[in-house]
Amino acid sequence: MLTKRDYAAVAFLTIITVFLMFSMLLIHPFGSPNASAMDQYIIDNTVEETGANNGVTSVVFDYRGFDTLGEATVLFTAVAGVIMIFRRLKK
Amino acid sequence: MNGMTKIVKTIAGISFPFIVIYGLYVIAHGHLTPGGGFQGGAVVASGLALILVAYGSKWAATKIKEHDLSLLESVGAIGFITVAFFGILFGGVFFSNFIVGTDLLFGGIPLAGAADINTGGTLPLMNFAVGLKVIAGLFGIVFIMALAISKKEESA
Repeated sequence: MLTKRDYAAVAFLTIITVFLMFSMLLIHPFGSPNASAMDQYIIDNTVEETGANNGVTSVVFDYRGFDTLGEATVLFTAVAGVIMIFRRLKK
Repeated sequence: MNGMTKIVKTIAGISFPFIVIYGLYVIAHGHLTPGGGFQGGAVVASGLALILVAYGSKWAATKIKEHDLSLLESVGAIGFITVAFFGILFGGVFFSNFIVGTDLLFGGIPLAGAADINTGGTLPLMNFAVGLKVIAGLFGIVFIMALAISKKEESA
């Protein structure tokens, strides 16, 4: 016997699926980004500006260093949380 | 958490140096090959976790203190931010790559198609700092959980 809750779940999932399908159809084709000016700039200038052969690292640590700073903060917060919880358990 | 059998300890001891050297290689060549501080640090931390599981947390607690790990992680974080702040001092903006193009260590610019470890400017320094931070952070999480489990086993 299906309840109201089940019908609501099916309707919700259907709506989500339809929206996901539409956004999947609208996505740009694989390998051809919409805005390629910045990509081309990084490809052209990464060796002269950062001196790194690895373009990904030059993006992660130089062009988008703030992103890495946030990532490091996330790791720091995770460690602090784990230590806070398990220190009480240790005693 | 007690250690495992002699077989596991021996195999872990044999494979540990290779794992750590590979992880340090990934960190040191972060600006040349795929990988970097995060990835290499995770490799080294997994090697340390292997030793921790094989030998048990009681043995590990006699070798290293959790205080040292938090100190190492703080050193990594402070080093990372310090290099970023030196960018303001010498390059004008935060995270500016002020070393590249100078005669300092890591200051070179690679020739086309050639890989040279003495390039990258601030990238290798930041890779080292982040690698240290990830090693200490990830191993610290595993270590503290293992210590908590062993304390709980004792009290039970």
